[in-house]
This record gives sequence, C-alpha cells and structure tokens, in this order.
Amino acid sequence: MITLENVTKFYRSGTEVIRALDGVTLTIDRGEFVAIMGASGSGKSTMMNVIGCLDRPTSGKYLFEGHDIARLSDDARATLRSREFGFVFQQFNLLPRMSAIEQVELPMVYQDVRSRRRKARAALAHVGLADRMKHKPTQLSGGQQQRVAIARALVCDPRVVLADEPTGALDSHTGEEVMVIFESLVREQGITVILVTHEQEVAAHADRIIRMRDGQVVEDTGKRIRMLA
Amino acid sequence: MSVLDAFRVSCRAIAANGLRSVLTTLGMVIGVGSVIVLIAVGQGAQKGVQDQIRGLGQDLVFIKPSAPVRNGGPGAQTVARVGAASAQGLTKSDADAIATSGINGVAAVAPQISLELQAITADGNQEVTVIGTTPEYPAVRASAVADGDFITDADVTKKSLNLVLGSTIAKTLFPNGEAIGQRVRLSIGGRINLNFNVVGVMAPKGGSAGGTADEYVFVPVSTMQSRVGFVRSATGEVFVNQINVQTRPGADQAAVSAQISDLLLTRHRVSTPDFTIQTQNDLIGAAGQVSRTLSILLGSIAGISLVVGGIGVMNIMLVSVTERTREIGIRRAVGARGKDIILQFTTEALALCVGGGLLGIAIGVGLAIGIDGRTIASQTMTTVVQPWSVAVAFAVAAGIGAVSGSYPAYRASKLDPITALRNE
Repeated sequence: MITLENVTKFYRSGTEVIRALDGVTLTIDRGEFVAIMGASGSGKSTMMNVIGCLDRPTSGKYLFEGHDIARLSDDARATLRSREFGFVFQQFNLLPRMSAIEQVELPMVYQDVRSRRRKARAALAHVGLADRMKHKPTQLSGGQQQRVAIARALVCDPRVVLADEPTGALDSHTGEEVMVIFESLVREQGITVILVTHEQEVAAHADRIIRMRDGQVVEDTGKRIRMLA
Repeated sequence: MSVLDAFRVSCRAIAANGLRSVLTTLGMVIGVGSVIVLIAVGQGAQKGVQDQIRGLGQDLVFIKPSAPVRNGGPGAQTVARVGAASAQGLTKSDADAIATSGINGVAAVAPQISLELQAITADGNQEVTVIGTTPEYPAVRASAVADGDFITDADVTKKSLNLVLGSTIAKTLFPNGEAIGQRVRLSIGGRINLNFNVVGVMAPKGGSAGGTADEYVFVPVSTMQSRVGFVRSATGEVFVNQINVQTRPGADQAAVSAQISDLLLTRHRVSTPDFTIQTQNDLIGAAGQVSRTLSILLGSIAGISLVVGGIGVMNIMLVSVTERTREIGIRRAVGARGKDIILQFTTEALALCVGGGLLGIAIGVGLAIGIDGRTIASQTMTTVVQPWSVAVAFAVAAGIGAVSGSYPAYRASKLDPITALRNE
C-alpha cells in the first residue's frame, strides 16, 4: 500500500543541509499498526509528513497504492490527503473557536460531503464524546481534545491514520485510553495506523516497530505477532 | 469547499475580530457613503441650475447684443447701447422684423429693455430693475399674473404709465397691503421722473438664472422707448437689451437661430455677428458642463477614499493571514486545497467590503436625503441620489474587496502546510 524507495528529504538551514531522511526504503501493508521510533531529529516526523502527502521528498520514490505522489500537483495531493489520510497531532491542532462537532465536520467541508452533522455526531460518539459536541477546545481536557482530533481524523473514512506523538501531551492514563482507540481502529476497522513516538510503552501497542536515527532506518521488526503488554 | 461554507467561515472570522472588522470596514463605509453623497450633491446642483433655466420659459431663444454696452446714466448698469459705439446694437425694429419675417418656427417675440431706476413710494425708495416689454412676455417667460393685469396691447399703444410689480418687489414697496391702485414714481437723478399706476402683481417665480424675476418691475415697452430718452440711438432707433423669441413646440431651434442670425446680419449690414443667439438648450448644456465637472471632481475625491479604504482592507487581510498561519496549516492537514484557502480569505475580504458597502449605501443615501432642502452655510442644498452612483459605489467596493483579498489569500494558499502547522 505504501512504498518508499530510497527516499531522501533535505532541508537547508542557512548554509547547512539537514538530511532529515537519508535513503529510506520501506513498505507498509494495509491494516498494519506501525510505530516509528527514534530520538528527536531522527527524521521520524518528516517521514510521517512525507507518507501523509504533507511534504514532498527531495529524491526517491513514494508510491501510494501504486501512484507516484511526487508527480501529483499540490491540489491533487491535498485531495488525496483528505480522502485517504487522517492526521492526529501531539498538540491536537484543533481550531480554537470551533465546537467539537464543527472540528469534526471540517474535513467534510473540504470534500463537499453531505449530512455532515450526522456523520460528525457518529464519529464523536465513537470516541466517547457524545456529551461534549458543543464544547470548545478550551472547555475540554487534553484527552478529550485528542479524542476530538481522532474523530476528525476518522470522519472521512481514511485508509491510513497518521499520528505524530499522539500521547505526547497527555498523562499516561489518558494516553493509554487514546492508544486503546487506535488499537480498535486496526483490529476492528482494518485501518492502517502509523504512529510516531519515542515512548516504548506507546510503541508496544503496535505490531511493528521501525527505529530511525539520523534519517535512516536502523531497525525494522517487520510484522510480528503482538507482544503482551 | 462550497461558497456557502466559505461565507460561513468568513462571517465567524469577522465576528471573532469584532472591533478590528468594524474599523477595517469603516474605510469602505466612508468611501461608499461619500461617493453617494457627493455625487448626489453634484447632481442636485446640476438639477437646480437646469430647473432654473427651464423656469425661464419654454422653447426660448435669446438674442443679446454682443458689442460692449455703455452705461445708460447715473445708477444704471447694463442698458441698451447708446449710439456712440461703432457697432450696431439690437433694436425694437429688429424684434419686429423677426416677428414679421415669417421664419418658420417662430411663435412669439418679446423684446425687453431693462434699466436700473429708483422706485419712490410714500414709504421710501428702492432701486429696481425696470423691464420694458410687450404683452407676450408672461407667456414667453413662463410667468403669471397673480393680481390685476399684465401690460396690455392698449398700454403699449397708448404708451401708458401703468406698471406691473414682481411679487417680491411688491412686498418691499408696499409692505402694508394692497399694491394695485398705488402710485410709484420711477426716476434717475432728475432726468426722468414719472408717476406710474400699479395695475398688476406677478405670481412668485423663485430664483432664475440671471436675476430674480420676482424683483422686476414691468412697464410697456413703448413707454420705455418714448419717455426714457437715452435708450434711443442718434438716429432715433430704440435699443433693447434682449429679444426673447419663443419657438413653436418641436421646432428645430438651431435652424430658427440660423435664420434669425441671417436676418439680423442682413439688417445690420455686417458680416460677423454683433449679437449672440443662445437657445435654452445651449444654456442647459453649458450649465450641465459645469456641474458635470463638479460631479466628476466630487466623485474623484470620494473615489480616493474608497481606494484608501481598500488598502486598509488589504492590510488587515495580510495581518490576518500571518496571524492565522496555524489555522491555515490545520485546514491544509484536514484536506483543504490551495483554492479552498484562497476562497476562504477572498470571501472574507469580500464580505468585509460588501458589508461595509451596504452600510455605506444606507448611510450615504440617508445623509443625501437628510440634507436635501436643508440650508447649510446659507446655501440651500439640493441632492439627487442617483441609482447608478449607488450601483457604481457598491460594485467598486466589491471589486476592491476581491482585489485586496486575493493577494493575501494567494499568500495564504502558498504557505507550506508543515511550516504552517509548526507555527505557534
């Protein structure tokens, strides 16, 4: 489903060139639950951005379902992104003035989906926030905000959910709750979840762990039978 | 993203920054409002002048001597030229010749001789403009008699000492009551000293171009000719200040003017005219030229404030895009395309400008109607709200909105989603 072939991503920072991704080759199949681990600056977030079509590789090939992403226009990538991917961020990235239900409706606004309210309500109920629909981000706890963000990521029925340190801003208890939701996505709905984290306990929920250092994959457990936590 | 969604998002963003939105919009409100008010004032001035000219009468052609006119006597201003000048002036017989020439389209001819004279009554004296004319005058000049009679053919034949007062001068001379039947002495120094009977008072006519007709005193033209010596040339011809020709309705005034011109050139035995012929339409056109220039001037000033308002909107939109970088990043991450972002920010600028435009229309139209007929700095304001000025001001406001919104929107759409998301 996702194939990276010798992908590089260089940033120029002043005169220095930062090799955020340095020749990554990787395949992720449908329904996998992958954790990408590494220290900060190891390139794991960049890799997620490339996979999520938020960023374009400097060189190499990125095939999504056989389509070469590098050859798509900005708008085409945006369309693909909104249809196939859902994003969950460490800082939740909710819009400050919108109620929970409006946050969840937002992706559908850009896809001109009908009966948005109904679908948004269902998605919020799915993450256990049926009684918090009218609340604004400031009126919600961190865990609740992250669940709104998950509902927003799921509402357009994506095939892949990309989560960048989704528990990073949460305490371990609420973080665990969030991880349970991610697990259920994989187990019950067959959604591919790719998770960036540097916490071992979080990564332990995943079926496959990819470790990165200096823009390179240094360890890939491959698909394995889930360990008992 | 549909336009409706973009509109909803814009309205919320505008409402979220209430004070800033109001201040931004103020530029458009003032711009649109002043365009409407100033054009209404300009058009009002134009209408006022045109109404005055139309008030002179209908289908008129005015013939005036173009040679310099010498003073007729002490206290007199413009009087018929006295024989000493080389060029010939207009005479009573010119008027008669036009009337009897058979020029097609001429309906009536009324010559007039005017003089500044002292009017003396029991109550005091007053300088007045005395017009010697014929019974056709009221019809030709769209005037009416309120009380008594105008000068009759018999008055002209008998060179009678009857006069008719304009409505204002009648009140000035006889503040305590009935003017008809009273006596008025007209004099210049000691040279003329005639006692007249008041036989009529004109109906009020209001202001009119070239003097207020309500201040005039009318006497028979023949009386003016025979009793007031110095309006005659050395050869005994009687000079007139103006010949009013009324053409038949629908007649070609240009053709009539040309034929009158030919006739007078022949009679005066000159090759270049020593007179000027103006039709009423010429006057309206000339006045229109002046007030059009005024309208353009006022409109341009207002237009400048509209442009300044537009710059304000663009400035705020640029600030807004910078401030909302993170919002743009989030929207991009959940699937907004570049064109969705453009639509959102352009709609927001448009909504600001259109909202400001509508408010400006309300205020502008209200103000224009409010000052209509009021006296400001001893000037009675006339305003005419032109639907086209409302439409143009609104369209320009919307256009400015689109233009001033599109560049910031373009900048917003070009933001890299990743960078935008990292922005705190």
